Amino acid sequence: MEPLSTTILLDAKGITGTIKRLAEEIYSHLPEGIPLAVIGIRNRGEVLAARLVDELHKLGAENIDVGSLDITLYRDDLAELGPQARVRKTEINFDINGQYIILIDDVLHTGRSVRASLDALVDLGRPNAIRLAVLVDRPGRELPIQADFIGVSVPREDTPVTVQLIESDGIDEVRVG
Amino acid sequence: MKTNTTTGKGKAKKSRSGSRAARDGDFVWTRKHLLGLEGLSREELMHIFHTADEFQQVSQRSIKKVPALRGRVVANLFFEDSTRTRMSFTLAAQRLSADIIDFSASGSSISKGESLRDTVRNIEAMGVDIFVIRHTAGGAPHYIARCTDCHVINAGDGQHEHPTQALIDLFTIRERKGRIEGLNVVIVGDIAHSRVARSNLWGLTRLGANVTLVGPTTLVPRAFEKMGAKISSDLDAALDEADVVNMLRVQHERMTSQVFPSLQEYVRLFGLNAKRLKKAKPDILVMHPGPINRGVELSSDVADGPNSSILRQVTNGLAIRMAVLFLLNQVSD
Repeated sequence: MEPLSTTILLDAKGITGTIKRLAEEIYSHLPEGIPLAVIGIRNRGEVLAARLVDELHKLGAENIDVGSLDITLYRDDLAELGPQARVRKTEINFDINGQYIILIDDVLHTGRSVRASLDALVDLGRPNAIRLAVLVDRPGRELPIQADFIGVSVPREDTPVTVQLIESDGIDEVRVG
Repeated sequence: MKTNTTTGKGKAKKSRSGSRAARDGDFVWTRKHLLGLEGLSREELMHIFHTADEFQQVSQRSIKKVPALRGRVVANLFFEDSTRTRMSFTLAAQRLSADIIDFSASGSSISKGESLRDTVRNIEAMGVDIFVIRHTAGGAPHYIARCTDCHVINAGDGQHEHPTQALIDLFTIRERKGRIEGLNVVIVGDIAHSRVARSNLWGLTRLGANVTLVGPTTLVPRAFEKMGAKISSDLDAALDEADVVNMLRVQHERMTSQVFPSLQEYVRLFGLNAKRLKKAKPDILVMHPGPINRGVELSSDVADGPNSSILRQVTNGLAIRMAVLFLLNQVSD
């Protein structure tokens, strides 16, 4: 059921434009001589990672490693999750040691997914740096974590955000409310 | 489509993953214990394998550890000797960051006359979450599951079941052959007394394999036909069409019994050697749950040859046991 009160924050065009702008920002801050990797937090971060890498290529970035990260085993709410917890694939088939990593997710809210992601990443190696990129920044942090690259921000903490992407949901749309 | 209508913090995230689950048609694991493979559905078996696939990755990293079972306590309760299974469960629990304690029947309170129930209840009182049990009596894990609130994993009960070993065998077949359905699987040895054979039979038939049980007629009861297996005492004939052959360990203590042929006769009729293997399909998979009696059920050239998956089974044992520990732990009453 589609509640009437939701409004569209980004439509398909808006999402494409936002990712493009994120790519430009990331590209302009790329450190020299350090191998770049883009890692998406499953599931929608994985989709965003692929799109971001496309945009980075257009800007001239080369040799980008792309990966996806499943954080199920690192979540701090595993006990509450119960049997719903499902271990999915982490696909990082490259050595993250010494890399400059862009970690990307759809929504940054409590910060707990990012905390879990950081723990998962450091178990795989020691990157040179990890930067966080998000499509939507929603207030309501429960941990001292902030994004380095932000697509759009919603002003109020109590506004739910629903991100849908063609690859995972069949439509490109970000709704709030 | 399911839309997120909740406000508030944690809930938004939950309904997000909820809609994802519905879309993927995700199966939800509901069992608190793993007592046997009898009664496990195809979906349950496949869910264990899919979960184990991901844990396989963890074992290949430089830091072979995830925090999923941090703060949980696993107790190994072994009332019967075991090296491999106990070590495998210990390592699996450690890779999930659980704490693990070991109990052996010898030199324990059992030898002082304590009952099984009391032993278990006392260990449970120390704050244990998961029991891994091996016992000489069939049904002991089921009994323990009834008298504790903990999760119970059967690590081999008498001649009844050894579910994790069979899961390892199934997982290894799936890995090496790409499927299980439709394969011809031959299990050779003392079928009557083998918990590995029983658990394998439940799992293999559930997943659509054709199973032939081979051994001395005295050790392959006709009753297994009712479980969907073919019975034979002609190994060469059975090997003809076999995609997989699982060689059971000959138990020395049984060789002296009346039902067992002489060792020489057993090796001649039921031992697998290179000469015999030559007549089978070139890509036949040779399995053994270990420990091997070299020169008895398997000749060394076969055990160490290219068709053998014996060490791979041991490696896969970790991923399977991690998956089982993880899945059971997610289920509460």
